[in-house]
Amino acid sequence: MHSLEFDIAHFLAGGMVVLSFLLLYQDRVYALLNVFALHSLVLALAVGWQAYIQEAHHLYVTAGIALVFKAIVIPMALRRIVRRLGIHRTLEVVGGVGRDMLAGAALVALAIMVMLPVTVGADALAREDLAFALAVLLLGLLLMVNRHNAISLVIGFMSLENGLVLAAAGARGMPLAVEISVAFSVLIALIVIGVFLFRIRERFDSVDMQAMDSFRESRLK
Amino acid sequence: MSALGGLAMAVLLLVPAGAGLLLVGLADYRRGARLNVGAALASFVAALLLIGARPEANLYLRVDDFNIYLIVLNNLVSFTTSVFSASYIAHELETGKLTPAYLRFYHATYQALLFAMNLALLANNIGLLWVAIELATLITVLMVGLYRTPAALEAAWKYFILGSLGIALALFGTILVYLAAQPVMGQGLPAMAWDRLQAHAGQFDPALLNLAFVFLLLGYGTKAGLAPLHAWLPDAHAEGPTPISAVLSGLLLNVALYAVLRFKMLMSANPAALAPGPLMVGLGLLSLLFAGLMLYRRGDIKRLFAYSSIEHMGIITFAFGMGGPLANFAGLLHMTMHSLTKSAIFFAVGHISQVKGTQRISTIRGLTASHPLLGWGLIAGVIAIAGMPPFGVFMSEFLVVSSTFARQPLLALPLVLGLLLAFGTLLWRVHGLAFGVPDNAPAAPVQASVWPMLTHLGLVLLAGIWLPGPLVAWFHHVAVLLG
Repeated sequence: MHSLEFDIAHFLAGGMVVLSFLLLYQDRVYALLNVFALHSLVLALAVGWQAYIQEAHHLYVTAGIALVFKAIVIPMALRRIVRRLGIHRTLEVVGGVGRDMLAGAALVALAIMVMLPVTVGADALAREDLAFALAVLLLGLLLMVNRHNAISLVIGFMSLENGLVLAAAGARGMPLAVEISVAFSVLIALIVIGVFLFRIRERFDSVDMQAMDSFRESRLK
Repeated sequence: MSALGGLAMAVLLLVPAGAGLLLVGLADYRRGARLNVGAALASFVAALLLIGARPEANLYLRVDDFNIYLIVLNNLVSFTTSVFSASYIAHELETGKLTPAYLRFYHATYQALLFAMNLALLANNIGLLWVAIELATLITVLMVGLYRTPAALEAAWKYFILGSLGIALALFGTILVYLAAQPVMGQGLPAMAWDRLQAHAGQFDPALLNLAFVFLLLGYGTKAGLAPLHAWLPDAHAEGPTPISAVLSGLLLNVALYAVLRFKMLMSANPAALAPGPLMVGLGLLSLLFAGLMLYRRGDIKRLFAYSSIEHMGIITFAFGMGGPLANFAGLLHMTMHSLTKSAIFFAVGHISQVKGTQRISTIRGLTASHPLLGWGLIAGVIAIAGMPPFGVFMSEFLVVSSTFARQPLLALPLVLGLLLAFGTLLWRVHGLAFGVPDNAPAAPVQASVWPMLTHLGLVLLAGIWLPGPLVAWFHHVAVLLG
């Protein structure tokens, strides 16, 4: 059937989807951070594996960035922020865990149903990687929409971005993959600094900003 | 010829980048402002040189018929905005809203933004384009939060989250385009270069292209402020410094739209792919109608014109979505006119909110009596942006409406409804601002520089009365290219 190389790539990418599900139902900040660190670690392994089987040495750099920056530095920085700002209480999950898991399962099904038919031409490895990457992206979006605090928003965005890096690594011979992952790391670093410097705690209720917009308008008058 | 072009292209990128670095270390804000203006002027001259001397395209950068016009427009507006910014910023310093340290930071980011936008426009590579737009997003986030008030930070944070989301979606679309190109063109850089992608687009897998375009339209559409992903735009415009509002509305929205249009050209080059038109028409109409309705209840003057930007981005997207030489022509013209007019309005609004000390519409009265030049400038700008003759916006809007009536009369109904809504609200609002008895609160004296505003309005008026023949021929040529 498939080669061992394929199976391992499949296993690692699939692992990221599973970890995205774990992110969805964490209700404590530290647990959320730990799962995210694990998510990034698996990403680093997956990208490193792609670098090995594609013999694309620049991807090792991307894997290294994921490992050092996202699996170690960022979770540690966020942990510090959480302690300093004193927001290590439980996170409320809007609408309950059950609903989230169902929605997540539906999104994964959607990702597979969208990606597999349109990539019939591509090689099997890239196909499955892309389907998993889209699933991780959508689950990250779900996390961002469903949580009501800055830390979950940041974690949601970073897990979404892990999915993108996975997709870029899976696309055979894609140029600029390293540059793109560097650019993204800068973005994330700034977001984290933003959370810290601006003392953003619970003020930003959701990404559904319509409510906030009308609120500010009324304040102006 | 092309050596000169190569030099001009290098100036467009290196001067803003270098000036940005210099400005970080320059403590004196007056010299900083002068250097800012000088660097922007140098870039503008280089952009003009590029018209005559095109450099050879390489795998990273390229100047062609389409992007050259945006490069010139971009650098013109950033030059005039830097002139406006010099006087605006001096006043902010006097009133203590900003400190010299922040100004250093402000000038450096201004040049960095210029660099990012020039890079995005010059890029011949979809990956480089993405990196440049990402960079521009980060820089504008920093600029929006410059005042450090809770409202400004909130606006910057919201822009950050929505902008990053858009950027992320656009990256996924970019990867998909590469995957579609890779089986045809092989691995590596050529499969990301615009000119080569364009030449081979006919053989790409249409299903992958379709999916990619949806992501790209949503991603870059967020950056262009299209509804329903526009929520960052009014806040970012209202809370940041006014020169940044002018640059955001006049330039950055155009750059994002430029990215969408490039990908639309790829789609049109592939006969089996989904027609991108209906999607863009839909998003355009939604933005237009939504903004038209939202304009009505605005209490903040910068927010009002931010919604007007959403409206105009809607019109432009609609025009390009309709496609065909005439509608594309109208879209290109409207992009130019909107960018000039809207930045002129923000120049006026910036000084007005400084003299009145507020952005609240309900407390600004009788501008034509208290500050005739600013008041009448604002009136002229609003008349122009609402689409009344003799200004250039009237011409482009007229072309959009008439070409739509000729081809899809049913679509023309919501279009005209949206235009009328915005028209009525804007005129009603400006009536209150400009006329009536001025409140007798002593106005703060402001060293207003009105030349940037007058130059822009003059150009828009000129375009409404007489468009030079070569310009028309050139617009027409690009309109055909766009398909």
